[in-house]
Amino acid sequence: MTPSYQQPTARGYYGEFGGAFIPEMLYPNVEELRTRYLEILADPDFQIDLQHLLRDYVGRPTPLFEAKRLSERYGTRVFLKREDLCHTGAHKINNTVGQILLAQRLGKKRIIAETGAGQHGVATATVCALMGLPCVVYMGATDIERQAPNVARMRLLGAEVRAVTSGSQTLKDATNEAIRDWIANPVDTHYIIGSVVGPHPYPDLVARLQAVISEEMRTQLLEKTGTELPDFVVACVGGGSNAAGAFYHFLDEPSVRLIAVEAAGHGIHSGHSAATSVLGTPGIIHGSRTLLMQDEHGQITEPYSLSAGLDYPGIGPLHAHLGASGRAEFIAITDDDALKAVSELSRLEGIIPALETAHALAALGQLGAGPNDVVVVNLSGRGDKDLETYLKNMDKII
Amino acid sequence: MNNRIKNAFASKQNLLNLYFTAGYPGLHDTLPLAKALVAAGADILEIGMPFSDPLADGPVIQRSSSAALANGMNLPVLFGQLQELRAAVPETPVLLMGYLNPVLQYGMEAFLKKAAEVGVDGLILPDLPLDEYEEMYHPLFQKYGLKAVFLVTPQTSEARIRRLDALSEAFLYLVSGPGTTGGTTLPDVEAQQEYFQRISAMNLKNPRLIGFGIADKTGFDRACEHADGAIIGSALIRALEDTDDAPATAARFVQGIKHA
Ligand SMILES: Cc1ncc(COP(=O)(O)O)c(C=O)c1O
Repeated sequence: MTPSYQQPTARGYYGEFGGAFIPEMLYPNVEELRTRYLEILADPDFQIDLQHLLRDYVGRPTPLFEAKRLSERYGTRVFLKREDLCHTGAHKINNTVGQILLAQRLGKKRIIAETGAGQHGVATATVCALMGLPCVVYMGATDIERQAPNVARMRLLGAEVRAVTSGSQTLKDATNEAIRDWIANPVDTHYIIGSVVGPHPYPDLVARLQAVISEEMRTQLLEKTGTELPDFVVACVGGGSNAAGAFYHFLDEPSVRLIAVEAAGHGIHSGHSAATSVLGTPGIIHGSRTLLMQDEHGQITEPYSLSAGLDYPGIGPLHAHLGASGRAEFIAITDDDALKAVSELSRLEGIIPALETAHALAALGQLGAGPNDVVVVNLSGRGDKDLETYLKNMDKII
Repeated sequence: MNNRIKNAFASKQNLLNLYFTAGYPGLHDTLPLAKALVAAGADILEIGMPFSDPLADGPVIQRSSSAALANGMNLPVLFGQLQELRAAVPETPVLLMGYLNPVLQYGMEAFLKKAAEVGVDGLILPDLPLDEYEEMYHPLFQKYGLKAVFLVTPQTSEARIRRLDALSEAFLYLVSGPGTTGGTTLPDVEAQQEYFQRISAMNLKNPRLIGFGIADKTGFDRACEHADGAIIGSALIRALEDTDDAPATAARFVQGIKHA
């Protein structure tokens, strides 16, 4: 039997990637999580609470919509998995709902999170409001500026948004600051990380909580196409949580081609890019051994993408392994091509996607998919948060 | 081989270990700072290898690390400086402190070999997992005669402290309380005493130094009541932030701790 791509080893390795490279100050926190998460996730009471919230609060299952006009445009059968219809407007809440229930069972009294685009911050602030727990969200000062609506939403939800002014003032730096907060608050605080990154067990925990996306896809595809297996699953990758969720139940189905779409920024080799699978080399970022963008001396370099949610110099260790083993294929999409995809989906299907999601949509033309192929694009989020960026770039959109 | 760490703990009490970031405030300040610190009474030098994303460090060391990187500090440059430094301070233990990623890019074995060559005595790599150290790197450290220093926190379990003690041949680094380096929150003194006493009572084979948030003579003297000495970093760096004469400021800083 070939080993499953789904499960990391006991120490959290996917192939040569993963692990938990953390200072001693974090060890008790991470160890508590590592020894308890599987047991808590499997607990029937936890599952009852989780399923209830996913259905009645998040609004799951999300629809699988056959995009007829988009299909016609690309000469293939395109389905959209509508994560943009989740409460708060993106897939991120699948993870935060699960982690807040986990935090309660660990007896934690305070929640911290990092955020890039603000979607994870909003999803965390939302579940904290729901459960009555105090919430601190770290966000890079650059991102606070370009995702203003989400900052307002977090504040309205009662969260404290702390601006991070170190480094490039984006997602990487916000994550550093959240980790430092956790070091300073080792007993009462749970860190709800927003993607399949960080030390083991986070990548596995977040992948399991996002796996509901592909679980639903299989049922819905069977209904709509007569088979559970599509030919392609396409998703954008910042840290990789929506992609992990969309790929999860297809990882061990070799006939399904998995397409991970990164942000090329101004172009992969322009010096302003976040295409980690091409520009990255193995190293350690945020407690995980994975691919990351760094210089010859092992200093982590600053990524760039117009999209705040893809502006991260690493990828989750699962994705590094999927890339290295050839199980997933990586495509990089520029800012400009993503912006074009925004207007295309808006005008052909009446759906305004998030800028992150638009990268996945822009890959449709590069798949080589035929008329009988079934392509599922994970529509990770809606575009409301990006309206200001879209307005500023109207010339490129139209 | 001359075991400078062991000698220092055998011959002295109340050891003062000073941390400073290599290449800060100026790229070539590493050597003059080291000389000034030792002349003023530093017992151990802990030299920070700057990293872009120092997760366990507070704002002061974050700033000195960014500045050092901007000055052009990197491992090849540092090894060149350390060679001279060793000749200048032949008896003082020198530890390198830093994050794993730059070390891995240099190559772990190449790094250990070079560190030993230029006279480094021990290493503090806070994000190196204990399991990986034990299985993959401990034999290499031994091959090159380098000592690993491990961190212990108030949350570290007794079983884990025993394991860290067994694997170390230098000293244990007792992190004074929750927080990153330079932590400013006032410690819960009672809980801290209980923690230090609990560890003293364990009869560990290694000596112990207390670090994080110790800024002045009072803090140093208090730490010495509970351990073999203390580590001061952020407070020294802060003193170096606004001075034109880094070695003189560093010397005054040490005198203020040891001889005031
Ligand atoms: C809508 C949307 N999609 C994708 C992402 C990227 O994250 P991940 O790669 O973890 O799915 C984000 C992150 O903020 C997002 O808001």
